[in-house]
Amino acid sequence: MSLDHHQHNGLNKDGSNFPCDTVTKVSGSVRSLLRIIARLDVKGANLIKGMHLEGLRIVGDPQEFAQQYYQQGVDEIIYIDTVASLYGRNNLVEIVRRTAESIFVPITVGGGIRSVDDVRTLLRAGADKVAINTAATENPSLIEEVARSFGSQCVVLSIEAKRRPGGWEALVNNGRDRTGRGVVEWAMEGVQRGAGEILLTSVDQEGTRKGFDLELIRAVATSVSVPVIASGGLGNAEDLVTVVQNGCADAVAVADALHYNRCSLSDLRRKAHSAGLEVRML
Amino acid sequence: MSRSVLVVDYGLGNIMSVTRALTICGADVHLSSSASDFIGAERVIIPGVGAFADGMEGLRRNGLLEPLRNYAESGRPILGICLGMQLLLSTAEEFGDHEGLDLIAGRVVAIPNTGTDGHRHKIPHVGWNALHRAANHKGEMLLHDLGDSPHVYFVHSYSVVPQNESVRVADAYYNGRRITAVVNQGMIFGCQFHPEKSGEVGLKILTNFLSI
Repeated sequence: MSLDHHQHNGLNKDGSNFPCDTVTKVSGSVRSLLRIIARLDVKGANLIKGMHLEGLRIVGDPQEFAQQYYQQGVDEIIYIDTVASLYGRNNLVEIVRRTAESIFVPITVGGGIRSVDDVRTLLRAGADKVAINTAATENPSLIEEVARSFGSQCVVLSIEAKRRPGGWEALVNNGRDRTGRGVVEWAMEGVQRGAGEILLTSVDQEGTRKGFDLELIRAVATSVSVPVIASGGLGNAEDLVTVVQNGCADAVAVADALHYNRCSLSDLRRKAHSAGLEVRML
Repeated sequence: MSRSVLVVDYGLGNIMSVTRALTICGADVHLSSSASDFIGAERVIIPGVGAFADGMEGLRRNGLLEPLRNYAESGRPILGICLGMQLLLSTAEEFGDHEGLDLIAGRVVAIPNTGTDGHRHKIPHVGWNALHRAANHKGEMLLHDLGDSPHVYFVHSYSVVPQNESVRVADAYYNGRRITAVVNQGMIFGCQFHPEKSGEVGLKILTNFLSI
């Protein structure tokens, strides 16, 4: 197993390829705005939420939540089917189809995608991007095939990162199975193969509300040339600011903080704005 | 007023998203990859996501290059979205040189991989960004009634450089790099961002196109 070492994890600002202050918070700026993304993990017909990607609890109808977030000005929606990658089936298509009828911001869909045909089906149903995890670790050339067929902009490499001594290991199947891949290396390989974004979920922080794994997010965000979406651990609006300013995240995925109404999208936007981060004006 | 629109289905792009957004805006949408449908079309939209060469190949394979050029020359409105906008240009430098539809003189080039401060930045340019109307713009039609600098959703690695500055209607800035966001020449329109993914602002832009 080859895990990432601390000296390569981007904590050393001078050594990183993509210094934080150029990818974030250029004040008065001209860069893309910080994206605040609602992440909806689904199981069958239900929106669910767990901790450390386990212990799943039913929250409600994903469609209703997505619609509500759209109306409140969410920048994007991510759907992750939490069981499809285990059972090799994909029941997300219908949810995506219905969602896309009334939501006009980008929709990313993941969970159980194994082939270019799976991607085509989801894109036809209304997805704009697909998040690929398990199948990519088993067959990395899938990233290239999808990128070649539909463009890098629609390939999101989803990485579930588990802290190990000296770095992080990429896990699959909702944090159940190991891959032996170091997260930073795997992210860099994925980008080299054509991934256009990285959805980076900390298995350790996910569902804990204790804040993001800043070292993890920063290690990846300063090592790859594509945007990194930080996921897992947001407890309050302050965490959003921290993961952008100190973790160099390009975008932030928010799940149960929104689902359980611990903070609203307008709270998040207001907090970001007052910290000098640019967000979309509605 | 009729709001009929033909959406070109040439195998690339998120045609369902575009179709749904147009439908919400009150359009009567026809998806087509058939040359004969251009004869009676009132408005045409070329959607598109993906690589330039694949886009041109998709149009060629469906026999749509000449019908599209003839349609545009007839002076009826046409809107290219993202890759669809890029295909309107003369040439593109994307994995080699390619010829485009040449309806608008100019090139499609890679976005520089540094900002104007010299620091590397992330490519593709993904996310929401503000539209800034070009100083000499005249193509008010698409951006009618939208406020000063509306935010729209971009995702692209290449951008359009029109030969004639006057076709440039609005720009966005990515770490200081100017991105051509909207072009207009006669009844030919293009937007680099995705109006169908830009929330209410995007729907307004599509509605404006339907009103032309």
